[in-house]
This record gives sequence, structure tokens and C-alpha cells, in this order.
Amino acid sequence: MSFQTTAPAMSRQPASPLRRILGALTWPLTPDAFVESLLPQAPVAARGRVERIEPNGPDAATITIRCPRGWRGHRAGQFVNVGVDVDGVRHTRCYSISSAPERGDGRFTITVKAIANGRVSRHLVQALEVGDTLSLGEPTGEFVLPAVLPERLLMIAAGSGITPIMSMLESLQAQDRLGDVVLIHSAPLPGTMIFGAALERMAQRHSGLTLQRYYTRHGGDTHQPGEHNGRFDAGQLDTLCPDWRERATWACGPDALLQNLERHFERAGVAEHLHVERFRPRLRPGAAADAETAQVTFGRSAVRACGNGAQSLLELAEASGLNPEHGCRMGICHGCTATLQSGRVRDLRSGEIHDEAGDLVQVCVCAPVGDVEIDL
Amino acid sequence: MTHAFYLTDEQAEAFGRELDAIRDEVRASLGENDAAYIRRMIRVQRGLEVAGRASLFAGVLPPFWLAGTAMLSVAKILENMEIGHNVMHGQWDWMKDPGIHSTTWEWDTACPAEQWKHSHNYMHHTYTNIVGMDRDVGYGILRMSAYQEWKVWNLGQPVYNALLAGLFQYGVALHDVEFEQVIERKKSWRDAVKMLKTIGRKTGRQSLKDYVLFPLLAGPFFLYVFSGNLVANFVRNLWAYAIIFCGHFPDGAHTFKAEDVGNETRGRWYLRQLLGSCNIEGGRLFHIMSGNLSHQIEHHLYPDLPSNRYAEIAPRVRAVCERYGLPYNTGSFARQFGTTTWRVLRLSLPGGEGLEPRSAMAA
Ligand code: FES
Repeated sequence: MSFQTTAPAMSRQPASPLRRILGALTWPLTPDAFVESLLPQAPVAARGRVERIEPNGPDAATITIRCPRGWRGHRAGQFVNVGVDVDGVRHTRCYSISSAPERGDGRFTITVKAIANGRVSRHLVQALEVGDTLSLGEPTGEFVLPAVLPERLLMIAAGSGITPIMSMLESLQAQDRLGDVVLIHSAPLPGTMIFGAALERMAQRHSGLTLQRYYTRHGGDTHQPGEHNGRFDAGQLDTLCPDWRERATWACGPDALLQNLERHFERAGVAEHLHVERFRPRLRPGAAADAETAQVTFGRSAVRACGNGAQSLLELAEASGLNPEHGCRMGICHGCTATLQSGRVRDLRSGEIHDEAGDLVQVCVCAPVGDVEIDL
Repeated sequence: MTHAFYLTDEQAEAFGRELDAIRDEVRASLGENDAAYIRRMIRVQRGLEVAGRASLFAGVLPPFWLAGTAMLSVAKILENMEIGHNVMHGQWDWMKDPGIHSTTWEWDTACPAEQWKHSHNYMHHTYTNIVGMDRDVGYGILRMSAYQEWKVWNLGQPVYNALLAGLFQYGVALHDVEFEQVIERKKSWRDAVKMLKTIGRKTGRQSLKDYVLFPLLAGPFFLYVFSGNLVANFVRNLWAYAIIFCGHFPDGAHTFKAEDVGNETRGRWYLRQLLGSCNIEGGRLFHIMSGNLSHQIEHHLYPDLPSNRYAEIAPRVRAVCERYGLPYNTGSFARQFGTTTWRVLRLSLPGGEGLEPRSAMAA
């Protein structure tokens, strides 16, 4: 499960006197900067070594990562910012941690599904090698279990949306608290279900765990109870899990599924029982590419303006009464760099597109393509 | 319109388009090998720095002192020139590595990164060699163009020049303060003092490291480490001065008057960058040690393309220039440095219009 949101980077720990002296000796760099380039394998803050890569279904993989120094651990269900270099360019995505915090061997896992046009997910699943390093943020997210566990739980996932839920289940199992849980999980075909086998084993060991599996593209027979062909719909809850209104519910998956659930829970008047983790898919190239006009939001100054694909963001900002920092106005000095928060912009010189939240773009030579939010 | 006699408006635009095409092509081809280049360069630089400083601790033995000082000098040169200067230009921003990015980089020199990015990336690179706008034309103390009015104190220029070379990093930091503007009341004292404080803080940390902490760490060998660091900083000053002055002032380099430049098109901007910049010929190692500023022309045409690509771009740029009948100023280090020094000496006296290729041609 991946998101396009950004999580905070690893925060610095308060410096000890020794570190302060080391800092003064390595200034203007940090001691870590030396360690990082001279000892590429050393565990430094914000960098994790890949220790194992196992396939998890046909197009997903579970990646075991050694925790970096100063890692504070995660709560089951949280996600982490993962940065990886593809063709020399660092890309950052959020992935839910799929292992339990109780794992206790200084490692954690993320489980990544390769998406058809996903540069990053495909790299992680297909090209990553043991020994590579990933840059890591700190685990964050509110999609977690409460300290006082409700008696009965309902968990609903689809595709890689199972990853935070897997972490929760593993965690409950490790704490011996895995009680009455109904889990609804979907995959295209029986063999492609992420964590399919692991969940089955878990259900065999824990009688309280009931699995309901949906195969959206499966035409053949389903042999076991709890297996269904077709797409799960919230309307089926009454038959699958008659007491769903009384259960605390955690759901993670594509937006369509979550909306479907939200409407259903709202109508039943139990919206507060539902906790969701939202999946934010990338805008497909072309989705808004030809838009003539674009809503541009200058995030820091809370100003909105209507732009077009030919006028630079700098000019638009100035026309809207802002006075952003800049220099040459021709793309050579990098004095106007600002953070793209969402949307896509085009470099007017080369046509290059920037479309990742967090990209630093030169606003004097970039124009919006569709709606854009930028930190100016 | 200045430099009009080189290209017509249409030619200038076509020239610009050809140069743009080279830029786009190189930009699109950046990838893993380039990323590996800069990371390797950083690794080598940091390795040399550690080895150099370690060796200086044994500096009581002359070979260790010499080797340590040499390694530290090279490390400091690489840190400023091939790494710091180029990273701060945004040459490696495309990697999106927050650790190698123009917005976060700070370097081991007196001039704070923020200040440098304004005076160098913006002012110097946008207004290259325009008298009165590009402060690298003389750093506020030297008369480097015949278009600068001669004053009596320019007679002392050879001396100021020698001092600037030896104290180059402080000259670079201080030339942004624009003292003469403060005296002419075009800039407020408060702004100047604020800048001086930032420079002071930075110089303080640098001196603490090189002249107090590391020497103290060496205990009884304090002086060996202290002197090694002092020499390394001095060597870097001289080297940076020499390379940078060769970039814009050898024989044949053009300087410009603000009123002649006016509202430039992109094509004419390229042309001015070409006419105001000069390359130095040399081997691969020389290019790296110069931060690839030996490809000053390519650097000024494409200040944010990665420096490791300038060598391959150079012949292509040169071929384009030849087709348009444009000068492409390149020569040995001896030629470029010799004629630059001659310019410093000649312009300490009144006149010197003959140094401007344009007036020579117009005459
Ligand atoms: S203002 Fe110089 S790059 Fe944008």
C-alpha cells in the first residue's frame, strides 16, 4: 500500500557533548555525512539496508529492512516514507509497514505491489537487491489500534491495502490478544492474494479469526467456505458479518472501496466505528494534461489563482500580489525553487513534467498542468 | 544592441535554439552514471580529507606533514570547486537527494551558501561581465575592464591583486557586502553589518575547526596541524583565484556596458555568455581540480548541467560557434593566466581600450 502524501523526515536527536565536538570538527558537514559516504554499509540515521526480498504473490514483494540508527519503532498500522534511487533520481513514497512492532530483531518489512506504470513500485519489486539502501522517514499515521482493544473487530482490505492490517494482526498475535476478528480481503485471483497463505495459517491457529476472501477476476469454483467470486460490496456485510454495526472497523484499499464503506456506515449511523487509510493513486499522465486553465493554490500564503499552461508560476504568483523570492527569472540560478505540494507542472523549456509531491521546482520556468498546489 | 556585429537577430535566435537543443538532450540523458560520479567524487573528497588530517597528526615527520598538507589541499579544492560550487548551482538537484541539493548545501569557505547563491548564481551568471552589475568584474577593488573609470588608487592594483589571490575566500565573501555602495549611500549600513555578522559567524566556525580544534586534538603537535591547515587553505585560495580569473579575463574576453546590453533575448544572453567566458585546456585531472571551470564557456551556457558532462558538450558547442563564425576563447593555463595578469597590470593605468576585442574590431 502506498500513498502520495509525505511524512516528516527523521528528526534529529538532541546532541551529546561528544557529538557537538564531532559536529564542529566536521562542520559544515555532519559526522554522519562522512560515515555515509565512506562506509556505505554502516547504519546511519535515515538509511536502511535491504536484508531480504521475498515474493508475495505474483507481483508483490515483502522487503525486509534493517532499522537505521536512532529508529524509534512504529505502531502497527503506521506508514513510513521510503526513498529509492531509480536511474539516479531519488523517489519517495509512503509504504505501510507490514511487520509487527513486536518483531524485535531490529528489522521491519514493507510489502510493495508493482503497479503497471509505477516507476518506484516496479523498481522495488523487480530491481531492488539485497544490500541496497533505502532512505527512510519516521513512521507516522493515525491508522492504528487503540490501546484498549474493542472486543470484536472487523478489518477490510483490498490488494496491498492488507499491509497495515497485516501489521496489526501480527501485533495482536504476538501480544496474545488476537480475539474475535473478521477479515475481508480481496485479490484478482486466488494465487495473487497478498499475504494469502500467511493469513490462512493464522486463521488455522486462531479460531477467532474469520477470513472472507473475494476473487474479483476468478471464474472458477471456489472450494472453501469464506471464499467468494466477484467484488466485495458493503451491502454484503449483513450476510458476511451480521454484527458489523457493533464492530470497530479498520479498512484500507482503493478509494472506491473506502467511499462505498463510508456511505454504508454513515447510512447505518455508525460512521464513527469506521477507520480508514486512504490510498492516493498517482495522477495518470494525461489525466489533466491538456487543461487550458489551472487552479493554482499558493499554499503558504493561502492565495488561489487561475493560471494557464503558458504562464510561469512565478509570473502568476506576482500577478496575484505575491512576491516570491527569485533571481534570474530564466531558469539558471535556482533562486526561485519551491516545493510542489500536489499536482503537475511542466518545465517550459524542455517540456519535462514534475508530478511528485515534494518535488522542488523552479517556478520561473514552470507552468501548471491542471490544478496545482505549491508552497509559496 | 551590443555584440550586434557578431549575429543578426535571426541568427542569434537560431544560435540560441541550437544551444537549447544540446541542453535538453543532455538533461534528458542524465542517469545512474552521473549520480554515481558525484557520489564517488564526494567519497574521494571526504576520504582525502580524513586521510590528510590524520596524516598531519604525524606531521612531526616531514613526509607526513607534506603528504597530509597536500591531501588536505586537494580535498579542500575539490570540496569548493567540483562539489560545492556545482551542487549549489543546482547541477545535481535532478537527483532529488536532499543530501546533495542546492537548497541544503553548505561549504567550507568564508562565503555563506545563501549569500553566494545570490551573488554568484544570480548576479554573476545572469549579468556576466557587465560592468557595474557583475561584481566578479574586479570584486569591487580591481579595474578589470576598460569600461570601468580609472581612479588614482587603481595604481595599486598589482598589490591588491596579490592580496586578493592569497585571501581569496575572504575576498569572495566580502565583495558581496558592496562597501563602495555603502559609501555612496546606495546600500544601508544596517544591511552591510548584517551580512558581515553572517560572514563573521561562518568564518568563526571555520577558524575554530582548522586553527583551534584540530590543532588542539594533536596535543604536542599543535603547530604541525595548525601550519598544515593554514597552508592548505592558502593553496586553495591561490588555486581558486587563478582558475576563476582565467574564466572571464584572458586576452580576447569581452566585457560589456550595461547600456549596451538592454533587454536581451535568450539567444543574445547565450552569445554574451560565450563572449565573456574562456576555457582552459588540460587533462582530465586538471578539469576535475578546476571544478570543470576549465570549461567555463559550457558552464556559463549551462550553469545547472552537471559538470561531469561539460567535457563532452564542449566540442559540440565549439562546432556550433564555428558555424556561426563566433570566437571560442580557449588556451593553455599559461596563456590564459598570463594574459589575465597582464590585464590586471595594464588596467592599473588609465586607458586600456585596446584590451576590448569589440573596440579593436570597431576601430
Ligand atoms: S529565478 Fe533563477 S532559476 Fe528561477
